[in-house]
Amino acid sequence: MSDNLSIVLFSGTEDKLHAAATITAGAAAMGMPVSILLMYWALDAFRADRITNDHGLAYDASRPRWNEPVEHVGEMPWLETFRQAKELGEVTIRACAGSLATLGLDASAMDPLVDDAGGIASFLLAAEGGQILFI
Amino acid sequence: MTTVTTPLGDTDLLALESDKVVDARGSACPGPLLEAKKAMNSVQIGQIIEIWSSDPATKTDIGAWSAKVGHTYLGTVAGEGFERTFVVRRK
Repeated sequence: MSDNLSIVLFSGTEDKLHAAATITAGAAAMGMPVSILLMYWALDAFRADRITNDHGLAYDASRPRWNEPVEHVGEMPWLETFRQAKELGEVTIRACAGSLATLGLDASAMDPLVDDAGGIASFLLAAEGGQILFI
Repeated sequence: MTTVTTPLGDTDLLALESDKVVDARGSACPGPLLEAKKAMNSVQIGQIIEIWSSDPATKTDIGAWSAKVGHTYLGTVAGEGFERTFVVRRK
């Protein structure tokens, strides 16, 4: 098995984007090529005119829990983490063509961090030999 | 399977003179890791970088990253309220 990592990034809330960015940055720092496919709410979060908005927290955050998130202790914002990951390693961020159509978006509406748009087959071909995560 | 190197003892670590200090105190994963990777570009092969971190996960992160990428993780020793992690650049 080769060590390329592919992530289907579906969720668009701050917490999940942060988790995805951390995994991406860690993999990039370790020399693992990372390929990301943006679907649905992650695609929406990466819109050029919305990427710096507060994307809120996932449903899990509204449920009773034992620990509250501590106020951003030394935490780098997810957007900056993705930027650094791209500088440090081989990271490709692709908008899912199907999700673009579903949301009525044109690829030109995406933030420059997004490299291109593509279909599921090209993503799965690039994922060959490595691991795929769904976030 | 990639394995992490066995660290040096405290006495040996405290005697080391690093060529570059990366102060990542106050930053949590993946911050110190990204800082360490960037710092590698500023030292020569064979030189030592020292990462200061208040995040206890840093030493295992740096150990794993070193093993994967091919640097030598020398070990971690306590500073005052933070930890000092030493890595030799090998590539």
